[in-house]
Amino acid sequence: MNIYIPPEYEVVRDGSRCIECRVCERQCANEVHKYDGDLKMMISDSTKCVNCHRCVCLCPTHALKIVKSEDTYRQNSNWGAQTMNEVYRQANSGGVLLSSMGNPNDYPVYFNKILVNASQVTNPSIDPLREPMETQVFLGKKEVEIKRDISGRIVDTLSPQLSLKMPVMFSAMSYGSISYNAHEALARAAEELGIYYNTGEGGLHKDFYKYGKNTIVQVASGRFGVHAQYLEAAAAIEIKMGQGAKPGIGGHLPGMKISDDVSRTRMIPKGVDAISPAPHHDIYSIEDLRQLIYTLKEATDYKKPIIVKVAAVHNVAAIASGIARSGADIIAIDGFRGGSGATPTRIRDNVGIPIELALAQVDERLRQEGIRENVSIVVAGSIHSSADVVKAIALGADACYIGTAALLALGCHLCRSCHTGKCNWGIATQRPDLVKRLNPDIGYKRLVNLLTAWNHEIQEMMGGMGINSIEALRSNRLMLRGVGLNETELRILGIHHAGESM
Amino acid sequence: MKRIYVKENRCLGCRLCEWECMYANSGLDAMFKLKGKQGEILPRIRVEDNPEDIHFAVNCRHCKQAICVKSCIAGALSKTDEGMVVIDKNKCVGCFTCVLVCPYGAIMPAADGKAAQKCMLCTDNDRGEPNCVKYCPNGAIVFEEGDL
Repeated sequence: MNIYIPPEYEVVRDGSRCIECRVCERQCANEVHKYDGDLKMMISDSTKCVNCHRCVCLCPTHALKIVKSEDTYRQNSNWGAQTMNEVYRQANSGGVLLSSMGNPNDYPVYFNKILVNASQVTNPSIDPLREPMETQVFLGKKEVEIKRDISGRIVDTLSPQLSLKMPVMFSAMSYGSISYNAHEALARAAEELGIYYNTGEGGLHKDFYKYGKNTIVQVASGRFGVHAQYLEAAAAIEIKMGQGAKPGIGGHLPGMKISDDVSRTRMIPKGVDAISPAPHHDIYSIEDLRQLIYTLKEATDYKKPIIVKVAAVHNVAAIASGIARSGADIIAIDGFRGGSGATPTRIRDNVGIPIELALAQVDERLRQEGIRENVSIVVAGSIHSSADVVKAIALGADACYIGTAALLALGCHLCRSCHTGKCNWGIATQRPDLVKRLNPDIGYKRLVNLLTAWNHEIQEMMGGMGINSIEALRSNRLMLRGVGLNETELRILGIHHAGESM
Repeated sequence: MKRIYVKENRCLGCRLCEWECMYANSGLDAMFKLKGKQGEILPRIRVEDNPEDIHFAVNCRHCKQAICVKSCIAGALSKTDEGMVVIDKNKCVGCFTCVLVCPYGAIMPAADGKAAQKCMLCTDNDRGEPNCVKYCPNGAIVFEEGDL
């Protein structure tokens, strides 16, 4: 018998404001709200509520709010309510707990313990509204030595590069995990912003080939939707070895999300679970990885940079060193806060390391080994704001991937129920009536707005430091100071504590 | 002339437009005061649905050859110079011929039953711009230049 689990959140309706327009009822895919003909009023069933705020946002009279339930178990600092509920759920179902989006638990956010420098008196700051401020970056292997031919002319040996108008890209979110409309919004925004979006491992829908020059296509362990035209269409190819939300395990897209279009795009049967194996079955060493990298390079005529994406794990620096020697052009590192459309809860909440520490260590290691210019570094896993972008670059990144922030711009309220496939905001769903709720005409503008704002803020912060080119900020850790960090943390981050001078 | 158009592929059928229309034409200063007024005020835009998840908000198309204007026995319906079909409530005798002839079902008896009502693009209230367009959560209702 199942034990009843009380809802964590309650829908509270202000009866004096509710006009019974029933918009909440029509907009809730979880069927929380209902007009009761007997009582002649709206009623709500909080047990079904996932707290996505769709009804709250659309209620025209603001009659709704969602509050944390006061129904508690007996206070216990050791066995919290959520922990107990998870035990009940597993005892009810016998199943592995599933979660979505990134690790929400109370681990340190190092970005919030790092402060940025600014110029005062002796070194001039720069006003980005009056003077040029360069945020364009190029990702790819850089030549350290200049080669000349017999007549002394410089030989162009530069590897293929990705050119970004600002150091931010949309991270990999597959078609399947997110909707067609969400992909369209990302693709159009990337095109307008002069950056890139990433298909994730779900293949590239035929309608989106036209955005190819702003598209990074992914080759993951499931190889979904990978074929010659797919590789050819893209600006770069990403080999996904790992994902921050679930290091060490593969992916699992539930069959109900495999619609006709998703099935065609992924080249798998409709309605059948899409399972990505934990490892690539042809990669068990750096040498194997090198083979895949060169296979992909060969297939695309050496015209496209190859990205290798790994999750931030304990020995990430050594792994990155191997990748930098394997022929990859770009390394993407995804921290333990990175998002996901569906992940076993225990993995999401307990595996991996913070991106700030991983990034600092990878940059440091590659510099020590003299191979930093072999690759560009892109970091992901909870880049919350332009300030995080600035801090990441000062810690050694070339650019950042944003996933969650982009979804928030599209309306996501982090209810973390993507795996149910009933996203009320039309993002993490394939149900046509729900997908419709995300109008890509509106969505892409919101993404463009967000990153345009971030770019202004990045320029302001750079100007404040007296830096007018994002290149000059990269690995410029003297621009960073830690607050409330211990000696070990400061050593790993390679920064001084606030109050210490050069 | 600028008309209201509905993009069927964007309309969610949430019916916020109906309520925003009622509010705009209610003279009330807060939307929640519509509470209990269902039936006293009727929307001039209506969402048509079918079970296959097709939704479409319909209001007056302001037809070039407006059959309602031709049918009006009291001269209450007329076209402005721009082409908007307007109704003069004071002239309307409530015969509802216009309601019968409108091919879109976009004219309806007002709640008091004494006269017909129709969308006048929020020019007859204090909004200045169509309220349904402003508050459509999915950009499905637009107000733009176009031919019928």
